[in-house]
Parts: sequence; C-alpha cells; structure tokens
Amino acid sequence: MLNLARNELYRLFLSPLAWVILALSQALLAYLFLSHLDYFVQIQSQIAAIPSAPGVTEMIVAPLLGNAAIILLLISPLITMRLMAEERRNQSLPLLTSSPLSAADVIIGKFLGSFAFLLILLLMILLMPLSLLLGSNIDLMQLASGALGLLLLISSFMAIGLFLSSLTRQPAIAAIATFSLLFFLWIVDWAGQSGHDDAGWLGWLSLLKHFEPLLLGELYSADVAYYVIVTVTFLLLAIRKLDNERLTG
Amino acid sequence: MTKLLEATNLGKNFSQHIAVSDINIHLCRGEVLGFLGPNGAGKSTTMKMLSGNLAPTHGQILINGIDLLEQPKSAKVHMGYLPETPPLYSELTVREFLTFCGRLKQLTKQSLQSAVDKVIERCGLGDVQHRLIGQLSKGFQQRVGIAQAIVHHPAVVILDEPTSGLDPIQIREIRHLIREVADEHSVILSTHILPEVQMLCDRVQIIAHGALLFSDTIDALSTHMHASSVQVQLANAPTVDELSAIDGVVAIQTIADSTFRLHYQPENDPTEQLVSQAVTKGWQLRQLIADTHSLEDVFMKIVQREDASKDA
Repeated sequence: MLNLARNELYRLFLSPLAWVILALSQALLAYLFLSHLDYFVQIQSQIAAIPSAPGVTEMIVAPLLGNAAIILLLISPLITMRLMAEERRNQSLPLLTSSPLSAADVIIGKFLGSFAFLLILLLMILLMPLSLLLGSNIDLMQLASGALGLLLLISSFMAIGLFLSSLTRQPAIAAIATFSLLFFLWIVDWAGQSGHDDAGWLGWLSLLKHFEPLLLGELYSADVAYYVIVTVTFLLLAIRKLDNERLTG
Repeated sequence: MTKLLEATNLGKNFSQHIAVSDINIHLCRGEVLGFLGPNGAGKSTTMKMLSGNLAPTHGQILINGIDLLEQPKSAKVHMGYLPETPPLYSELTVREFLTFCGRLKQLTKQSLQSAVDKVIERCGLGDVQHRLIGQLSKGFQQRVGIAQAIVHHPAVVILDEPTSGLDPIQIREIRHLIREVADEHSVILSTHILPEVQMLCDRVQIIAHGALLFSDTIDALSTHMHASSVQVQLANAPTVDELSAIDGVVAIQTIADSTFRLHYQPENDPTEQLVSQAVTKGWQLRQLIADTHSLEDVFMKIVQREDASKDA
C-alpha cells in the first residue's frame, strides 16, 4: 500500500505536470501574498489607532489560505484525473489487481500518493505566512487551524477526484467531472444564503462553509467530521467500484 | 505430483451470456499447459479468472493449495500474470518498474535487489535496464511483461497470448524465453497458434465456445492432427490409375497437372511405397508433404467426435 503510494508520487514527479503545478501555484500565491502584504503595510498606520483592529494574521494569513483553497480546487482535478483513468487506458490495472493487494489497498495507496503530493504543495504555501515571523508576530494557532482546514479540504478533494477517476477511462472526463462536482459543492451554499431558512441543509453540504470557520481559527468537530465523512465515503465508493469490476467483469 | 493450480467447474456468465462453462484445469509442478482456442472462445476470460482479476460465477480455484477466492492476498503471492496487453508504466525505466513490481509482490528488502538483478538477467534486459519502458520495442516490452510476472518467483505463471502482435524474430525470442521460464515455474499459456503449443507445451487443453473440448498430452494432439493424406508433386507424372494402384491409396485428388493428393487409411501409410515406385519408374519426385490439419480442422474433428459420441 505504501509502496503503491510511493510509486504514485514518484511517477507524478517524473511528469512535467507536477513541477508545473507546483511552480505556477506557488507563483500565483506569492503574488497574492505580496499584494496582501503591501495593502497591510499601507493601512497599518491608520488601523493601528483603532482598538481591536484586525492583526497581521487576519489581514494576510487568512485571505492567503482562502485563496490557496481556491487554487487547490482548481488543480486537484488535474492530479486525481490520471489516478485510475490512465491506469485503465494503459490497461495497466491488472498489474495491481493480480498482485497480492486488496481493492482497498489499491485505492488507499493511490489516495495517499496523491495526498502526499498536495501535502508538499501545502507545506510550500505555508512557508509564506511563516516567513512573516521574521518581522512580526502572527497567531500561530490560527495559522495551524487554517492549515488543518486546507489539509482536510485536500483529502476530500483527492477522495472525490479518485472516485470519479475510477469511473472512466478518459482522464479528461475524470478531470471535468471532478472539477464540476467540487465547484458545485463549493457554491452549493449560495442557495442557502439567499434568504431561505429552509435551505440550511444545502449550506451544510458546502465544502466552503466548513472551511471558513477553520480559517478564522474556530475549530468545530462538526466541520472536521464533515471532511472525514466526505473523504471516507468517496474512498469507500471507489473501493466498491474497483471490487465490483472484478465481480462483474 | 503436486498440483500447483487446480480449477474445478469454473464458469462465468455475463448477465445472460455464458462466456465460460464448467472448465476444469489442473497444472502440476514443472509443467507447461497450453490453453488453445480460437479468438472469442473464452481464453482470456478464463485467464482473468485464474489470475484473480475476474470472479467466476461458480467454481473453485486453488493456487498452491490456497483458495484464490477465499484468500486472494495469500494466493496471489504464488502467481504471476501477464495479460494480453502487458501492464507497464511507460514513464519508468525497466529497473525501476521491476523494483516496484517486486515490492508490490511482497518481496522483502533483502531479497528485492537480487531478485530484480536475476530477472533482468534471465529475461535478457541487461542492456536496456536503464531505458524508459515507453521507448522500448514491443518485443522488449513483452519481455518486461514476462519479467514482471516472474520477478517474485511464483509457483504458477499465467501468460495470456504472449506472442500476439510481435514480428517473427521477436516471437522466436519470446518463445525461447518462455521455454526458459518453464524450467523453473509451472506455466499456463493461452494462444490461438497451434505450432506454439506444439513447441512449448507438455499438455494441451482446447476450448471453444466457452467449453472444454479436449484435454490431453501434446502427443495425443499430434495424432489428432495427423491427416490421412499426402500431397505429392511429380515432374514426370504417371496416370491417376498408376498412382491408385499403389497399396493403401483409397482416393486421389488432382490438384494441378503434376500435383496430387493421395488419401489413405490411417493404418496403411503408402508413402514408402510411393517413394520407391517413384524412383524405380522415374516419376521424378519434386515434393512430398504429409498433410496436417490446421487448428480449425482439429477443432472441427474434435467437435464432430463430441457430437458423434453424444448421438451414440
């Protein structure tokens, strides 16, 4: 299982895709980071006088991690699309299914491999707010909570993408389907915000709704549970799908 | 003899369609079993079931005494499988790929390197071990596929049409490799090419329309293959009457001016007579070919025999 994850990660880095994604997302976020920083420096003197004014963490770190979430939403489908679909198209899946591995081993191995890649990306993103420590105090606990939020978000992105990738043999279809579903889950609470009280359950479905409190440093077990449930559900669906293929051909 | 693989009453239905029905297969240590059938006969389906990639509708599969359906993980350790399309990652080098396969098949850290070295040597991949799999020729890719199946030294190796899509030289090399593999492993080989089975296998099973028609040694198959006719070309041909006067000839078919096909009773082969008469009477023998049945003929013959025995 870990071997599979390692191989998955290694193969990702053999393709230019991984490097391009790392470089470009880092560049985008660095630009956003700098513009947030610049804005903060500009207005710092004005807000210093206000009591309980937002600090550097609220002004820079939280928006940065919020933007990072959007970028992760955009790139996750590109990472997950190839996991199973490409394996299918190259007809290399029998290698894994005739090895002494269960369907769960295969799926979890692939999940961990892609998860590890985004973990690397996440660590690189976190270096930016951490660099603020050189000249300022930041709320490390709020940063940690935001990072945890991103981590949970990544795991649910990966699980959803992996499941959709296991349904098709065309990576492009997997990518589009994943992107659509992720985006839908992202914006589904807009209906809930439009004033209908009975649409609250839509808000509960939203990936974004559960991420926002974490960004503000509010850690609710319900939010954590939501992401864990999403991840486990889609992983189970993917395992089920793979096993079903063996049974029905 | 210990049975390394034993499949009983194996069957697979795809909804209403019966792909394979009630097949029994057993494989002993050091044996090469040819699994022969025309395209679409259910060969690959059977191979997939034996390798644990497809669950049979009914039946039981034991690999090295372990039930493949009950304990797939421990059974698959004893099995290597090469599907019709070799499952390769084109972006890895040969060595990287085989190391990955070795780990997948639960080789320990200590034995991994030596196992990979050994399999690279056995499959003749030494010169290309640091090249990307995607850049190799199809013959070499097939070798990597075979290497992948034997890297963990399994008891049973299942090869599904290992020579399809290769050029004649590559086919010869791959056959040679399979012969070597067979020295150390028990092999099941599926193919639709009859000479391949004759070259490589000790025992043969013939499948058509999802049912097992024939299961015997390769010698027994040869007798089935032997047609009771001989094709002869004579430059200075005698009349048909003269030819039919030869002892044992029951019928003569004129193919061209100087080419004939002589049919005879299986127990009464006139070839020797024919040759000696050709010499004494100056017929100038140019060509003498003992007819053999093609695979299709053998199928037809075996199918006819089955039908006849049903009627009787």
